[in-house]
Amino acid sequence: MVEHADIRVVHRGGSIINFRQPVVTNDSRFLLCASGECVKVFSTSTEECIHNLQGHTDLVTGVLLRPSNHLQVYSCSADGTVRLWDFTDGILIKTYVIGYPICSLYASAKHEGVIFIITPKLTDKRSELFQLVAVHLPQSGDQLVETRELSAVLSNVSSKPAATAFGQGGEYLASVKGLQMEVYFFRKEKSYTFSLKEDNKKGGRNTFTCVACHPKDDCIATGHEDGKIRLWRNFNHKKEYTYSTLHWHHSAVSSLCFTPEGTNLLSGGVESVLVQWRYNQESQRDFLPRLGAAITHIAVSPDGALFCTSHSDNKISIIQSCVKVSAVIQGLVKGESVKTDLIVDPRSKALVLNGKPGHLQFYSLHRDKLLYNLDIVQQEYIHELGLDQFEVVKAAFDASGSCLATVEERQQKGAELEINLKLWAFDEQTQSFVLNTTISTPHDARITAMCFRHDADCQTTMLVSTSQDGHFKAWQLAAAAHTEEGPSWSCDFVGAYHSLVPKCCCFSADGSLLAVSFQEVVTVWSPASWELLTTLSQPPGAIRDLCFGRLSCSKYLLGTTDSSLLCCWNLLTCSLEWSTSMDVSLLLSDPLSENMVAFCCESGCTDLFVFKPSEPRPLFSQKAVCSGRVTHAVFAPREEMLESCEESSQWLNRSQLYFLTQHMDLMTFITKVEEDRLMASSKQLVIDDSVAMTPFYLLLGKHRQEQQEDQDAVSSQSSERAPLPHSSVAIKELLQTPAHVLPSTTFLCSMFLQSLLIPVTDNREEKKHAEEEMESEKEEEDSSEEEMESSASRPEQASGSGLAAELAAPTLTKAQSRELRRLKKVDHSWLSELLDS
Amino acid sequence: MGEFTVHRVRFFDYMPSAIRAVAFNPRTERLAVARADGAVEVFNFNDNYFQEKVIPGQDGRAVEALCWVGRRLFGAGLNGVITEYDLENLRPRYTVEAYGGPIWTISCNSQGTHLAVGCEDGTVKMFEILQERIQFQKNLDRMKGRIISLSWHPSGARIAAGMMDMIRIFDVESGAATHRLLVERGMGVSRSTEVVVWGVVFLSDSTIISGDSAGKVQIWDGSTGTLVKTHLVTKWDVLALSVSQDESSVIAGTSEGTVVQFQFISATVGQQDKDWVRTRTFKNHSHDVRALAHTDTAVVSGGMDTQLVVRPLLDKVEKNTQESALRKIAFPHRSLVCCAKKAGLLLFQFSDHLELWRLGESDGQGTPGDSLPVKRKPEKVMELKRRGEDHICCSALSPCGGWLSYSTVSSVRLYRLQHDNNNISINKMSKLPKELRSVHQLCFSSDSSKLFASSSQSSVVVVALSQLECKYLHTLKHKSGSRQPVHLLSPSEDGKWLATANTDCEIHVYNLHKMKLHCTVPVYGSCPTAIAIHPTTSHLISVHADQQIFEFSLLQKEYTEWSRKLQKQGLHPLWLQRDTPVTHVTFNPANPEHIILHDTFMFCIIDQSLPLPETKTVLYNQLTLRSLPVAERIRQSHAFKICKSFQHLLCVSLMEDRSLVVVERPLLDIMAQLPAPVRQKKFAT
Repeated sequence: MVEHADIRVVHRGGSIINFRQPVVTNDSRFLLCASGECVKVFSTSTEECIHNLQGHTDLVTGVLLRPSNHLQVYSCSADGTVRLWDFTDGILIKTYVIGYPICSLYASAKHEGVIFIITPKLTDKRSELFQLVAVHLPQSGDQLVETRELSAVLSNVSSKPAATAFGQGGEYLASVKGLQMEVYFFRKEKSYTFSLKEDNKKGGRNTFTCVACHPKDDCIATGHEDGKIRLWRNFNHKKEYTYSTLHWHHSAVSSLCFTPEGTNLLSGGVESVLVQWRYNQESQRDFLPRLGAAITHIAVSPDGALFCTSHSDNKISIIQSCVKVSAVIQGLVKGESVKTDLIVDPRSKALVLNGKPGHLQFYSLHRDKLLYNLDIVQQEYIHELGLDQFEVVKAAFDASGSCLATVEERQQKGAELEINLKLWAFDEQTQSFVLNTTISTPHDARITAMCFRHDADCQTTMLVSTSQDGHFKAWQLAAAAHTEEGPSWSCDFVGAYHSLVPKCCCFSADGSLLAVSFQEVVTVWSPASWELLTTLSQPPGAIRDLCFGRLSCSKYLLGTTDSSLLCCWNLLTCSLEWSTSMDVSLLLSDPLSENMVAFCCESGCTDLFVFKPSEPRPLFSQKAVCSGRVTHAVFAPREEMLESCEESSQWLNRSQLYFLTQHMDLMTFITKVEEDRLMASSKQLVIDDSVAMTPFYLLLGKHRQEQQEDQDAVSSQSSERAPLPHSSVAIKELLQTPAHVLPSTTFLCSMFLQSLLIPVTDNREEKKHAEEEMESEKEEEDSSEEEMESSASRPEQASGSGLAAELAAPTLTKAQSRELRRLKKVDHSWLSELLDS
Repeated sequence: MGEFTVHRVRFFDYMPSAIRAVAFNPRTERLAVARADGAVEVFNFNDNYFQEKVIPGQDGRAVEALCWVGRRLFGAGLNGVITEYDLENLRPRYTVEAYGGPIWTISCNSQGTHLAVGCEDGTVKMFEILQERIQFQKNLDRMKGRIISLSWHPSGARIAAGMMDMIRIFDVESGAATHRLLVERGMGVSRSTEVVVWGVVFLSDSTIISGDSAGKVQIWDGSTGTLVKTHLVTKWDVLALSVSQDESSVIAGTSEGTVVQFQFISATVGQQDKDWVRTRTFKNHSHDVRALAHTDTAVVSGGMDTQLVVRPLLDKVEKNTQESALRKIAFPHRSLVCCAKKAGLLLFQFSDHLELWRLGESDGQGTPGDSLPVKRKPEKVMELKRRGEDHICCSALSPCGGWLSYSTVSSVRLYRLQHDNNNISINKMSKLPKELRSVHQLCFSSDSSKLFASSSQSSVVVVALSQLECKYLHTLKHKSGSRQPVHLLSPSEDGKWLATANTDCEIHVYNLHKMKLHCTVPVYGSCPTAIAIHPTTSHLISVHADQQIFEFSLLQKEYTEWSRKLQKQGLHPLWLQRDTPVTHVTFNPANPEHIILHDTFMFCIIDQSLPLPETKTVLYNQLTLRSLPVAERIRQSHAFKICKSFQHLLCVSLMEDRSLVVVERPLLDIMAQLPAPVRQKKFAT
């Protein structure tokens, strides 16, 4: 077996966006949040992800606007680097190498050129001790900068970013840990420690959870485990400090934030209510309730107009002036467990799994966006610990996606298990699922598996459910005789086998066979006559997974057993075709091809095998895909087929394999080709909603559109002939980097000149062409102010100007000729525009 | 520690009355507390919050406000008179009618020259304070509506008066009202009812702080008469306000039982402009907080729930010291129970009557810890209503149960009790000697032949009792010159000695055979809370408010060896940290080395034969000792044997038959008798 280096496991889609506090830019137009290994830039008005700031090689642990330049943002990561980005264009400006994993990042206006980071203590990595370190950022033009000036400010701080805050723009900093708060004054270089008692008499837990500092006054707000908020004052005295207590939250306060003017204090917790306290008038408070899930972070835009709340269900709400939720950025909701398994909705091609409590979420993997939530339980969810509420545990779609079956259950202590089987039909008018039938207590015990008959031409849809009560039931959609209502679901057949407990069930691709596993026995039934056709068995070990082969391999039935055996039966001969010994944790078949996937768990790691049942050799295998067991995976069909010629990656052509790791990370496999294509497309992406809709813009825009059309026409024929002048990297960088982040001109000059020289030496034999290229490069520089200028007109111009240059070279200086050309070109374009109109 | 049959008495329905007003005198560190029944108590904050003096109340004389002028204490109430109290004879010295209807408030200017009283008819009356009395000087401009609260500007030139719906500022010189600050009414239903400004505070920078019945604490600029800031503190009333001496902190008491602190704090470090900011909230009361005092280090609050709470401000005191502990004073620091040792009778003293109970009997045998079956239930033998308006200030029952005496401010009454079988007949003794007029403490000698009564100027009147008459024998006097009242009397068992203690911390011992002063115990800085003379050794045991214990030999006239050893080694820190004083000391006749003493939360037997506890030893070790083997038990035991199984003790006394009488009054029973507090929304109810 060969390791295939060109297929990688990546995070793509469904990443966490509530990991750290989001950042709203000064103009309130963008929202930045750490998401996995990149920083996502969202538009606050459209909720769309504009681009990803990619570059970190480990989890991003903090995002922070640069205090001295509001168009730049710092990000820190566990990979030990702090990166400075231009977030409007998505460009990495600088990388500071710190060398230690960073947990969070702080900066303040009063400390120019210094950032504060929290890193684990160097002495021993195992101990959970963290320190706050001031990092002096060296002034250097280089992209990659090593920082050496580190000085510890506070030792033994909490690694949580919310547990440290800077007050009064950097006069002091407050850090809380456990029952202690430490306030450090930079000017006096003195720190004061205040501690609380572990428990007060009424049983409240006084542990600090978060801290926020008033932007103007000397007032520190701290949140506590028992839901109290304390406002500390006079903390520049060891003894004469004082605090007042605000209490509304019934559980721990998870986040606190002052508005930029300091007039209000925002707090949030598990109640999913945003509370706004008037500063100095704390008895007056406003509430924004029903935000959906527990609040984990609160951020306020620098102008105070927007509040952002991160929620525990991977959501960011954007709130306008504490009254209206104006936008919701919803990521993939991942609870502690995915009980429904991963399913793909055949109609929308969306990934379906448990979402909000009692809901199914439909998540588009292509657009990386939540489409909608389907309320299954249809009961109010109560935010309280230890309350047993209905949960969706199973869901299944039929082949066309017009039917959805869900199972919800609730197990209260000492009470019987409540199970509801709900069947939903897709309504074309409303474009959503409508409840058709509710069957309460479909089985006497927990339902173990459920599947639809995947059969296009069969008239009746059939659902089979197996349960721990020892039966499997077939349900059929049939018109009720005595009512005028539409067809509803009813039980068609109840099957059992030797009073064994069925574990899984599976229909063959054509729907003519049903396989149900009863412990170590696989029974094959005919759904038409409900006749037990045959039994297959491979003891010892109960069957764990069953899967029919597809297309050319539809004669095979595959099963995995608890005793680490993968068996393949031939249904024509009713005999074991082959078997192999491997501990398969999950067996999955691709609905669009005959490929099958087995995730094998071996010594704490999961290996992946892709194979065809008919062929002895696996198509693809990868060792150590991830750590831990993989129990949830799904094949998601691609929107357009990949045309991969390599044999090893052909199995990814039609559909993409997604799987959930132990830590609930959604991962997928990506081929080299696809990766390259994605990279290329992200480079070409130009956001341009920054241009105001002035009359000038309209004029220009029209002109550009025409040119765009021209270009398309031209490029189709001239793509091979006249490729876009691939200028050197230096020039490209020079042109794409905004002027305010460029190094000084003297620094650039030599680099620029060198870049001019290289192509000439390289392409000596094609001198003419090279010269042309060079010219066009220069031209590109010329027209850098009008980047919109299309390249369609370039080839002709380039040739023209090339001629001109050749002619004028002896008489005119370079600058003069450049000026001349620019004038000519500008005149020309405007003239043509005028003539056209 | 010895085993006793215990009479656990819970039928003493003692009910303290609500605290109406407090006044703190920072110079002498005395706190005066006025209760709803008109009694005034004086606590010494320098001496471990000891209740030094109690001036009994009088029917129909509810004190609404108290005010210290130097060492003089003035009170005024809804009966419309101003009273000055005689703190030496524990009685009102004189009363002055104010002629303005009920008086709501009284306030003295900081110079100590004038008293202002606020009356129901809307007048603020000025009284000049003279050497021996006060004299009406003038009325300030009369306003419509009653004057509820008053506060002088520290300069004495202006005075702020809280009224119905408004605050007025008067110029004292001219008597004219210079400003009228309208206080907003409450929201909703209470909009139609007048708002009462319950408290007002005039600060030296002309800031006025007011608390009103709409639950607001408002900060006003007194020079312009404008509202600066409103703090909504409660849904109910803000009933009391108090300001610290340095005017950096104001506390407000509310109907919810909370005390809210406001502090004058600058917004940013190093800036001068300060602001009143609401800071801490203390909740130590279940009912209205009617009275507040802000001392330098603590918040003192009292109210409907009858407890006086001293809550130290942790930023002002050293942490983890005795001073930083919260104090709740629920019971009086003197005994209200008198026990007839020989007759098995208990006398309970209430403010308006006395109750005589006979203890129950049991013949059961049981192991330690069992409760025995009661053969005869305890019964109330007699209830004696007092005559006149004055409340009972002290009472006594003779050890034989044949005599009973009580005293009010104005008179002493003596009764002869005759027991025949189960009936008791009572005869009032007439023709008492005229020396028995105004007494503070009564006591019978152990053979019931003499009655001792502490009288004015620290003297003790001795009266001989016989079947038919009582005869004045002698007045015992000492020459120290102290005029403070004697609050403790203790005769010796053999009838030879009588020890007295007064609130000047002096202990005098008289020889009753010679009827003259025998000796004076060296004065210790803390007031004695209990004294007793040992029946066999004639040692005087005195326990003081700071929890120190002394043993003084009357024969040698010096401290005994044991006492010196105790002082040298020092008492156990946990012993010193107890916050209620020892109110009773007795001895065990069976074992002369045992001293039995008790406070509210424990009783203790001190075994003088055992070694004293070291600082590091466990003081409360009775439970662990029980489980140890004998040898180990002897090694670990120490002189202080403390029992905490009985709580809220009012009296522990040893009877003639070696049974122990323990009188408990659980605080929960007192709470249950209080009226319902204001309704409060509790979360998750």
